[in-house]
Amino acid sequence: MNSFTFTQAAAVDAAVREKASHDGAAYIGGGTNLVDLMKENVARPTHLIGLKKLGLDTIENTPDGGLRLGALATNADTAYHPEVISRYPLLNQAILAGASPQLRNMATDAGNLMQRTRCYYFYDLATPCNKREPGTGCSAIGGYNRVCGILGTSDSCIATHPSDMCVALAALDTIVRVSGPNGERTIKFEDFHRLPGNHPERDNTLEPGELITGLDLPKKGFSENFSYLKLRDRSSYAFALVSVAAALELDGNTIKDARLALGGVAHKPWRDQAAEAMLVGQPATADTFRRVAAKVLENAKGYGENTFKIELAKRAIVRALKQATEMKEAVDTNAFLNSNP
Amino acid sequence: MTHVTQAPLGKAPATLAPTQPVSLRINGQDRTLHIAPWTTLLDALREYLDLTGTKKGCDHGQCGACTVLVDGRRVNSCLSLAVMQEGSEIQTIEGLGSEAQLSPLQQAFIDHDAFQCGYCTPGQICSAQGLINEGKATTEAEVRELMSGNLCRCGAYSNILSAVMEVVGNSKS
Repeated sequence: MNSFTFTQAAAVDAAVREKASHDGAAYIGGGTNLVDLMKENVARPTHLIGLKKLGLDTIENTPDGGLRLGALATNADTAYHPEVISRYPLLNQAILAGASPQLRNMATDAGNLMQRTRCYYFYDLATPCNKREPGTGCSAIGGYNRVCGILGTSDSCIATHPSDMCVALAALDTIVRVSGPNGERTIKFEDFHRLPGNHPERDNTLEPGELITGLDLPKKGFSENFSYLKLRDRSSYAFALVSVAAALELDGNTIKDARLALGGVAHKPWRDQAAEAMLVGQPATADTFRRVAAKVLENAKGYGENTFKIELAKRAIVRALKQATEMKEAVDTNAFLNSNP
Repeated sequence: MTHVTQAPLGKAPATLAPTQPVSLRINGQDRTLHIAPWTTLLDALREYLDLTGTKKGCDHGQCGACTVLVDGRRVNSCLSLAVMQEGSEIQTIEGLGSEAQLSPLQQAFIDHDAFQCGYCTPGQICSAQGLINEGKATTEAEVRELMSGNLCRCGAYSNILSAVMEVVGNSKS
């Protein structure tokens, strides 16, 4: 790890000012990804701004019937919050499908959005990587790319965003609240992360110095019919090869409203609103789900080792939508974790 | 209050790194360290406080050998900077029990032969204590899932599971 200085920020505006006054400064929440990237010399901040004393760790109802997650609430506190369990069980499932209990106890909700890809080449300083060193090339294209993306990729980068939590946040129409040198603003979740294009070094649309302060969930939580299906190489503590957040509002067997987002397939949580529109008004049948799945993967592109993800994603979409419709049993391996002590 | 100097135990620093004070409560004792900001909590425990029960396995948050309890919650001490933990209460394997009086988990690990080489054991036990504090796991499937952050290369998982289940069962009754 390279040398750096550390200061604990006392307030949001002080943190923002501190960042603006130091070249090479970075905010640090739980540190679970940033400290690791610093050990690997992938991230080399010269100054760290600790956020632990800012508060921002509460989870509170909002006047419009939604729920505000403080930026510094831990993933564990969020997943096990009674309002999340009862009103946003899709989010509960997605969070508990990711990482380990230790990491979820440390990692913050804002940090979950800010984590970087786990593409092998991003971590391997001996190889070119446009995300790590712009302009050097992408080693994953034509290389070991089993974990890489199949949707929205570019010739510059085929990395994926690794989060489970963010797939549910995307499906649930979350709003990201940020503070920066130019004041406060909100960003729609689907606009927060970006596709790689020619600038894969930019993961998101935050302006320099901006700090996430909270995540606002709208009132509608799809708590009756939902599924977070995660497919991975081992049954726990592994990143998704493909994951699907599916949420339905049903009137009998007819779909009144739908949400569909995928993880493990793109540079951002892949929400497909055209597919959602295709579901509305249709019967909740395997036939409907297969047509929608084909549409979602219509423009998918495999890169050899990861080409299997295209068929896997189609089948995962059908299965997740079926699980969300039927709600028969534990809809994934983590559902039993919802029980309170 | 014990003050610890900036050099790791038994080692003379080549150059003096800029240090800053960090106050922690470790296993019930207030300690103030003067350390470089890049010192992880794991290295602070092992190199500056001689608490070598906590192990460095992968040093990347993947194996769980470095698990300790911070304010009662299990965390990977290798991924936390000590300066981020100012004012926190840290409990390590040394603080869970003593040779004269083992903690229930320590005794259960012996009774169930829940280790071979023993390197992952302090992390397994601290993680299991965190799991019990959380109170989310009662069945074997739940314990398996919520202990998945701790790897055992000897593969002693079945006996680790038995040991943890015994204490989980007792803590419920």
